[in-house]
Amino acid sequence: MNKTSSASFKISKTNLALLQRLSNASGISGNEGEIRAIIRKEITPYVDEIKVDAMGNLLALKHAKIKKPVKVLVASHMDEVGFMIVDDDGDGLFAFEVVGGVDARQLMAKMVTVGKEKLPGVIGAKPIHLLESGEIHDVVKTHSMRIDVGPANSSRVKIGEYAAFATRFHQNGTSITGKALDDRLGVAGLIELIKHVPENVEFMAAFTVQEEIGLRGARVAAFAFQPDFAFALDSTPAIDLPRPDGEENTQYNCRLGGGPAIYLADAGTLSDPRLVRFLTKMAEEHGIPYQYRQPGGGGTDAGSLHKTGAGIPTISISVPGRYAHTAIMMAHVPDWENTMRLLIAALQNISLEILAVDRS
Amino acid sequence: MTDITPFLLSLLDLPGLSGYEKPASEMIAKQWQPLVDEITNSTLGSLHGLRKAHGSAKAPRIMIATHMDAIGMMVTKIDKGFLRFTHVGGVDPRILPGQAVIVHGRQELPGVVQLIPDRLLDSHSAGNAPDYKFLFVDLGLPEKEILKLVQPGDLISFAQSSFEMDGGYVAGHSLDNRASVAALTICLEELRNIELAWDVYAVATIKEEESGLGALTSAYAIRPDIAVTIDVTFAKGPGLTDYRTFPLGKGPSIGVGANIHPVLATEFTQLAKEMDMPYGMEMMANSSGTDSMMMQITAEGIPNMVLGIPIRYMHTSVELVSVSDIYRTGKLLARFISQLKTDSAKTLFEKFANE
Amino acid sequence: MKTLIQKLTQTPGPSGFEQEIRKVIREEVSPLSKSVQVDTMGNLIVRIGQKSTGGLRVMIAAHMDEIGVIVSHVEKKGFVRFSNLGSYFPRYLAGSRVRFLNGTRGVINHDRPEDLSKIPGMEKFLIDVGAISDKDCPVKVGDVGVFDREFLDMGNRIASKALDDRISCAVLIETIRNIKSTPNELVFVFSTQEEVGSRGAQTAAYALEADLGIALDVTPTGDILGVKMQTHLGDGPAIKVRDVGMIADPQVVSWMVSCAKKHKIKYQMEVLEVGSTDARSMQLVRGGMLAGALSVPCRYVHSPSEVVDMEDVALTVKLLTALLSERIQL
Repeated sequence: MNKTSSASFKISKTNLALLQRLSNASGISGNEGEIRAIIRKEITPYVDEIKVDAMGNLLALKHAKIKKPVKVLVASHMDEVGFMIVDDDGDGLFAFEVVGGVDARQLMAKMVTVGKEKLPGVIGAKPIHLLESGEIHDVVKTHSMRIDVGPANSSRVKIGEYAAFATRFHQNGTSITGKALDDRLGVAGLIELIKHVPENVEFMAAFTVQEEIGLRGARVAAFAFQPDFAFALDSTPAIDLPRPDGEENTQYNCRLGGGPAIYLADAGTLSDPRLVRFLTKMAEEHGIPYQYRQPGGGGTDAGSLHKTGAGIPTISISVPGRYAHTAIMMAHVPDWENTMRLLIAALQNISLEILAVDRS
Repeated sequence: MTDITPFLLSLLDLPGLSGYEKPASEMIAKQWQPLVDEITNSTLGSLHGLRKAHGSAKAPRIMIATHMDAIGMMVTKIDKGFLRFTHVGGVDPRILPGQAVIVHGRQELPGVVQLIPDRLLDSHSAGNAPDYKFLFVDLGLPEKEILKLVQPGDLISFAQSSFEMDGGYVAGHSLDNRASVAALTICLEELRNIELAWDVYAVATIKEEESGLGALTSAYAIRPDIAVTIDVTFAKGPGLTDYRTFPLGKGPSIGVGANIHPVLATEFTQLAKEMDMPYGMEMMANSSGTDSMMMQITAEGIPNMVLGIPIRYMHTSVELVSVSDIYRTGKLLARFISQLKTDSAKTLFEKFANE
Repeated sequence: MKTLIQKLTQTPGPSGFEQEIRKVIREEVSPLSKSVQVDTMGNLIVRIGQKSTGGLRVMIAAHMDEIGVIVSHVEKKGFVRFSNLGSYFPRYLAGSRVRFLNGTRGVINHDRPEDLSKIPGMEKFLIDVGAISDKDCPVKVGDVGVFDREFLDMGNRIASKALDDRISCAVLIETIRNIKSTPNELVFVFSTQEEVGSRGAQTAAYALEADLGIALDVTPTGDILGVKMQTHLGDGPAIKVRDVGMIADPQVVSWMVSCAKKHKIKYQMEVLEVGSTDARSMQLVRGGMLAGALSVPCRYVHSPSEVVDMEDVALTVKLLTALLSERIQL
């Protein structure tokens, strides 16, 4: 097994190829099977036990090689936001509902893939020429939009099937774009992380379902395992754009190029301060660039994990990404690489001594 | 098969608002007594009826949740003898003016809900859609007497009696969710003389309309291998014809979506087809809005199915159902349970778990 | 009791960072119990009494945390931007003062008053700690603080920040002092992170596996124009029937009412339409736990100057002491 020191870890072509496959695959909340299958194939040689639970979470255990190990759980969510086909209007037109949070303004004139067959479809929009006066200023509601697979394919789509953005992953130097980088970056990262688990750690990799619709999979993943520490590995929006009024942007959340974003607080979790200190120490000692995600708003699987049972010390680390929950997300390869380095350093240095002091 | 209508009609008229389900619980327990082996209450008051599997070995478990609580109102303040109130569960305030209600104080007191007359309001509040701010209950009694009989926290339920309409329809104020309790009762009757491989937990849950914590805590205590919710769903009616609605009298809805295990969606659809039963597929893209939301995420997770009985005018005092749909739902569920084998938990979900 | 209340309210402890208030409470309770512990979420757990035949294990929770601020950004010009810990209204912010845990103090106000008749949203507020730029600013992203307002003794009534819920912490401490004997095992939990969703109480309840849970909190009063509630300052402890997150178990409500009647303690019934308490988390733990809540009526909840009536407080102590000292028949 490859026990790389964190400082020497580099994102490889293999990592990127896997990320590409995961980003292009479809796994809407409640329908994560395709993602699960890819992950399963990748991790089977590296873990001791694999289980798919009642909700579809993929839980993999890598046993420690010592008697009193530290139990660590790392979670990343397999699901992405997307669409469910709910009604057939005939002639290739299907009504849909959005699964997870997607701004309705992001949908007009986008391409999607529909169902298991990944039939190409479009979310159309009225021609500009035919708009009523003033209509161009109205936000179009999702229930008046349709997914169009073309009249010929009408019978190949069933209601209850799912559709995803059709975006193909692309790399341009250090910049990567694709759909669902939230949280395929985390998923690909967790797959890699399994290869770096040291002997003193009893490790559970939890590839969770339904994070986007309420952190639901994570609620049951930690229940049986009862780890000493839990980490949520996700992606968080980088809103590091200039303000139109020229004033300082004080609500950027995090910055692309700023390295892994360590969470202090979001709407669902107040990170365990001991883990904030620990991760900061790891980053500084190992020369890994990092940033603190701005406190407030948002949430990750940590929201469910930390309240499991009698409570689990938990923290989230995210890869910054622009334009989450839209057709095209954008991320920065060095940020992903530094997130991995930080996690590897953390795994290799984690111990129960961190809990020797009270939480705060 | 007994006629379920008398039981349904009596149950509908009983109070049993979220948190205060005892009257309903007692009637349901009586009805289930001859159909199950054990009747118990959960710590918080949900009713558990256990129909045991055949044989002495430890059997797998299926839990069916039908919530027994109804929506209504609760007194918040007594203003010179007029009662101000809030809702318990989602009650559209616009249905309230002119409703006959019962205030459950130290005595059961009949009253009427009304709007504060426009002439007593300032100009920008007058004429607006009814809002809790401007609704009250008039008991028609002297203030002194009211203060002895009523206090904040007392419950208010709809006084509308249930009734039958020709053609097998029933109207009443708590078809949500007493119709499902009736369906579960029919299921238990169908299973009466059949040897079962699974333990069946019929659970009338509390507090679904408020928080779903009846289902959460009962599921935690029971830890079933499969959980099914029977709840009501939207029937086609005035202004409501889209995919979210189902025709009255054309069978139950079978749920599909994140809250429902895909294997169970396939199984139930298959069974309905075999039984030549009409049914609809209910798209639940994000949430089912039922007890299954809680049961699915209990402990280590539970595979769930949601069956819906279509009713018109949900959450009003005049909900309307086709009794034939109640029978169909009960029978579909009974069929599913009767063909479960001891190793079904494994065989049903094997493929899903190994893909 | 006013000295104790003053000490508790003036010690800072925003949600998630309760170490200072926990230390102060711990000093008060340590002489009173052999079993004082701190759990994973930082809850302070104090046990009194042994469960005898017919006794119950009762969990009594009052939350130690108060609403506060967490720094989200330090501007180039030295102004501090923040996010809220717990929910509160922007209307209470302008002109308030903040004390950070690292000792820094500052004032809150908002930038760019476009329209003085409207209250700006939370994101328009900033904290001025007297810094000239981000280089000399004594606070950084992640630092936490609380609203700063001194204790005011108005005779029968008192005003302070953080009466929510330090007044209940004081009630718990006094109750622990008053209980002479009990057939029950009493577990007093000074809980954390209530203001962000009763997170401390949730995990504590799971670990404790008690038979019954009681939350002590404050409740807004209806004796100010426009608010529809029947609770008033001076009418005694409020027995909670329901709030937004929880409907108290009817047996628990009846038990509290009978005890109040038996000991001739003035009480009032509470129906709350905004907010919830630790009782919600306690009720939905595991297979369910019977739970209810007792509230101290309070004006201007979540403002820097909340007001309570000292007689209400004394009666809450009396009622809670009686409830916990006797055999519990539900």
